[in-house]
Amino acid sequence: MNAGTKFAMGAVLIVGSVGYLMASGIKETGQYFLTPSELAQRASADPSFYNLGLKVGARVVPGTVEKETATQTLRFHITDGTVSYPVVFRGLPPDTFTDSVEVVVEGRLQKDGIIHATDVLAKCGSRYEAVPKA
Amino acid sequence: MTLLGHLSLWLAFLVGLWGAVTGFAGGLQGRTDLQRSARHAVFAMFGALALASICLETAIFRHDFNVEYVAAYTSRNLPTFYLWSALYAGQKGSLLFWATVLSLFAALAQLLTSGRHRAYLPFVAAVTCVVATFFVTVMLFAANPFERLAFTPVDGRGMNPQLQNPGMVFHPPMLYLGYISITIPFAFAIAALLSKKLEVDWLVAVRKWTLVSWLFLAIGLLLGMWWAYVELGWGGYWAWDPVENAALLPWLTMTAFLHSVMIQEKRGMLKKWNLALIIASFLLSIFGTFITRSGVIASVHSFTQSQVGYFFLFFLIFAAVGSFTLYATRLPLLEADAKLESMVSREASFLFNNLLLIGVAFAVLWGTLLPILTEWIVGVKYTVAAPWFNDVIVPIGLALLLLTGIGPLVAWRRASIPNLRRQFAVPATAGLFVLLIVLVAGMRDLYAILAIAFGGFVTGTVVQEFGRGAGARHRQYGEPLALAALRLIGRNRRRYGGYIVHIGIVLLFIAFSGMAFKTETQATLRPGESATLRSPYGHLYTFTHLGISQYDALNRRVTAALVDVSRDGKAVGRLKTEKRQHVDALGRNTFEPSTEVGIKSGLREDLYVVLGGLVNGTEQAVYRFTINPLVWWVWFGGYVLVAGGLIVLWPGGGSPAVRRTQPGYAVKLEAER
Repeated sequence: MNAGTKFAMGAVLIVGSVGYLMASGIKETGQYFLTPSELAQRASADPSFYNLGLKVGARVVPGTVEKETATQTLRFHITDGTVSYPVVFRGLPPDTFTDSVEVVVEGRLQKDGIIHATDVLAKCGSRYEAVPKA
Repeated sequence: MTLLGHLSLWLAFLVGLWGAVTGFAGGLQGRTDLQRSARHAVFAMFGALALASICLETAIFRHDFNVEYVAAYTSRNLPTFYLWSALYAGQKGSLLFWATVLSLFAALAQLLTSGRHRAYLPFVAAVTCVVATFFVTVMLFAANPFERLAFTPVDGRGMNPQLQNPGMVFHPPMLYLGYISITIPFAFAIAALLSKKLEVDWLVAVRKWTLVSWLFLAIGLLLGMWWAYVELGWGGYWAWDPVENAALLPWLTMTAFLHSVMIQEKRGMLKKWNLALIIASFLLSIFGTFITRSGVIASVHSFTQSQVGYFFLFFLIFAAVGSFTLYATRLPLLEADAKLESMVSREASFLFNNLLLIGVAFAVLWGTLLPILTEWIVGVKYTVAAPWFNDVIVPIGLALLLLTGIGPLVAWRRASIPNLRRQFAVPATAGLFVLLIVLVAGMRDLYAILAIAFGGFVTGTVVQEFGRGAGARHRQYGEPLALAALRLIGRNRRRYGGYIVHIGIVLLFIAFSGMAFKTETQATLRPGESATLRSPYGHLYTFTHLGISQYDALNRRVTAALVDVSRDGKAVGRLKTEKRQHVDALGRNTFEPSTEVGIKSGLREDLYVVLGGLVNGTEQAVYRFTINPLVWWVWFGGYVLVAGGLIVLWPGGGSPAVRRTQPGYAVKLEAER
């Protein structure tokens, strides 16, 4: 067997393992990224969407933000204009979080209809025009 | 001033078009008058764009708030330091900055390229003119930095407080310089393809430019990590955000190129691969810009969505189709001069290194694009985040680290068993020794153990290489060993500078593995109350909340919290963390409050304290305390890496490929010229 063939086998092995790592990882840690409407639609059609780790991208409904600093609990509603969900989050929100920003909420929708967030990312579409961070 | 700036942009646009046409035509027809004209067009373009930049910076310093850009990113009370960086703090200004620096690099490429590579220059002028003209076009038709408002605001909106950080003054230009300078190697690659002069020549001409780009990207990435760590307050420095990934991608492909280029120089192999890597690096840099500016992928860091993104998408497709079509027509001219002779050879280890680097790049690209791809194909967005990237990238990264140690030990062409035994004895022993130490010390995280053990192995390799070289000089010239080691670096900067980069990489890997052991706690404390946190080394830290003070500073109202820290009952220092409410010249609030993290950095670990807020305006404060092991070593490893890169890059001397070509090797560079 010449070196070229051996190398090709090594290459296949590497490409295969990279592919395997990528595919198996997606099953374990991949998440849906949905709008509130899509979430409502899917959750009503398929109950497995309850208590499933996912991300929801939406806008905070102005005036719904309640901050309890003592218990570090944050409650607010998010909407995409048609469907809205209450969110509860324990932890420190990012500096850019206000009652009118676009947010990405990471967490689980529970049967009580509340999204229990494990992370909240905020993005201010109108004013936060940052240089790219790397 | 804005009129002059605007006119300069139009001038740059016209000159750029002229340079593109004359460059291509002059190069293809061999007409020296056109070639000279293209060269002059590059210089003229730089002049026009530099003038435009000066105009914008003047408007910023004069607080001319009638200019939309000035009003949107600066204010009267913005410190001077940040007035400079305001030039690239926003989308429009950064496009101007980009185009200006590109034209500067294009001019330097014309001036600095040595005689024997001159045949490429008309094409290089043309390609750089096309790219720069594209940026000018975007400014003229979609994002004009000189646009005026219908009214003049009393004060500007000011700069986002998160950008008011020294890291933000230097991070974007470094990253841009990295992105921008890839254009020069790309231009040489296209020039080589067009002129059909595809021998080693073009590689030699672009190697240093690629290294410049690689180094700037590395500095930009490291500064970005530092900025995220001290400014964003989430407690880490890398989050696999799409924008971070976009900057990492070309860096990975260029790292691959810098290794595989050696195989082409020595053995005349991998010609197609190297050209493809350079073209891909350039396309990835444009892709990164597209990701950053279009808003197609949800990222916390992205610029506002605008049509600018679609200009970049169009340009990306145009550049990809154009360059790969040209590449395909030249494939028959790119046959290798030699074949791989053995799996146990330097070539083979470099090939695997390249495959792994491209594997990492592919995985990062895939993870970044997944939401878009799934939305296209199945109609719903599906995303992966940091855990996925860590699961996939960490094992490949460890394999790469191992190869970093193996590569330099294996002989070119074919290594013999005695040769391997002689080469591997010391480094392998070093690796095993380190492995034993961490196991005895009680470390149980597999990836961290491997990272440290492989690190020991790579360090063993580098030390052995230095030791042998210095030892030889010591015996031959009687130089003291330390001096011999220094002279050794000077004699072959490319090789030994490269080894220093490898040491930097080792330090970075070990530092990254420290994050597997970070610990964190949140607490709401009244003055005098404490929270405790155990460090991964077993020490018990106590954080005592002392109190809150509030005061006004230059352009902000500050709420500062003081924390006393003790380790196992012994006081070790005091930390301050702040909430800052930025205000404009009239005392009105601008932006949301931002957090200043309190950090106490040490060799073993960083203490990282974030003030979350006050409870109902009392002195009761909400804190997050984090212990981040080994973060200091990320920055130190970064310095080492950059120092190694600079050693390789330093002009003069060095080691031209010709001198190192040994008898019996397939490539005879001299004969080819």
